[in-house]
Amino acid sequence: MSDNNHQWPIWEVFIQPKNGSAHEHAGSVHAPDGEMALLNARDVYGRRLEGVNMWVVPATAIVASTPEDVGPFFDPANDKMYRWPNYFKTPEGIKQIS
Amino acid sequence: MTLNDALKEYCLRIADNSSILAHRLSEWSGHGPILEEDIAMSNMALDLIGQARGFYSYAATLEGKGRTEDDLAFRRDTREFVSRNLVEQPDNKDFGTAMLRSFLYSCLSYLQFRALMNSKDETISGLSAKAIKEVTYHVRHCGDWVVRLGDGTEESHRRISNSVEDLWMYTSELFEQNEVDALLVKEGVAVDLNTLKQDWLNLVDEIFAQAKLTKPAEGGYQSSGGINGMHTEHLGYILAEMQFLPRAYPDAIW
Repeated sequence: MSDNNHQWPIWEVFIQPKNGSAHEHAGSVHAPDGEMALLNARDVYGRRLEGVNMWVVPATAIVASTPEDVGPFFDPANDKMYRWPNYFKTPEGIKQIS
Repeated sequence: MTLNDALKEYCLRIADNSSILAHRLSEWSGHGPILEEDIAMSNMALDLIGQARGFYSYAATLEGKGRTEDDLAFRRDTREFVSRNLVEQPDNKDFGTAMLRSFLYSCLSYLQFRALMNSKDETISGLSAKAIKEVTYHVRHCGDWVVRLGDGTEESHRRISNSVEDLWMYTSELFEQNEVDALLVKEGVAVDLNTLKQDWLNLVDEIFAQAKLTKPAEGGYQSSGGINGMHTEHLGYILAEMQFLPRAYPDAIW
């Protein structure tokens, strides 16, 4: 922490709710490095049985799409119903699709 | 002294230490160096208050005179407090001193709870099993800061070196014992603190080495007497603040 910059970098916090499930974004913390980011994340987001594992990632390492990307990124599926599984008829005799 | 009296006294000691250190940490609520650390210090204070409640409640049960955990925390005077003098020491708003104080105490607390998990007294072993997880984190969090400040800038190194000089005189006293320990150790209820001293020194030495800190030379002045109710001037001020509300408003509930 230099004298003229008292704001530490931001780290994004991801928590795995239980073994085998995907890590989910929980929020963000300030910290000068990974070890302290992990400790801070534990104190801010990990005190109420939230999960079994925790990741911290420098916010600068995340590459994000822009609001302008929303059309080209997400819209084209509108007229392509076959991309959803429920578009297809379930064959007779199948009781359950897992 | 009966076994029951000794056990009550032993529980009071743990509870008093936790309660007073919790108060010192809670003084930082809203004043932490950054938001995350502010939350961390308040969390540690809350962990300690939880530990104090458990041991005060058990002490009250053992006493069997109808006093509650609150009576034991808020209606006893300084000479009745059997906490170690380290935990009542002020940090004068120096963050490093606060971290070092918690680190030095937590290292012992960690070793003690680890041993007490095997206590023949089921309540003691149960409370210790719960506390050990919290204290393990306190050692890590505070030790991390001791290393960062000791091996940090010229100013941070100078300041935490001064903190070491200020607090080291309260470390021998952490291991003082009396007839309470003698009785309970024999019964397999308590742990002989002498058996933990080398492990404590190893924990401290490891962090001090990383922090580039040196311990003061042996043979300097060492405080004494906390477990017999002999305290530094600071405890009275803490109790005055802690106990004001329940003493001024005896009917207050929270």
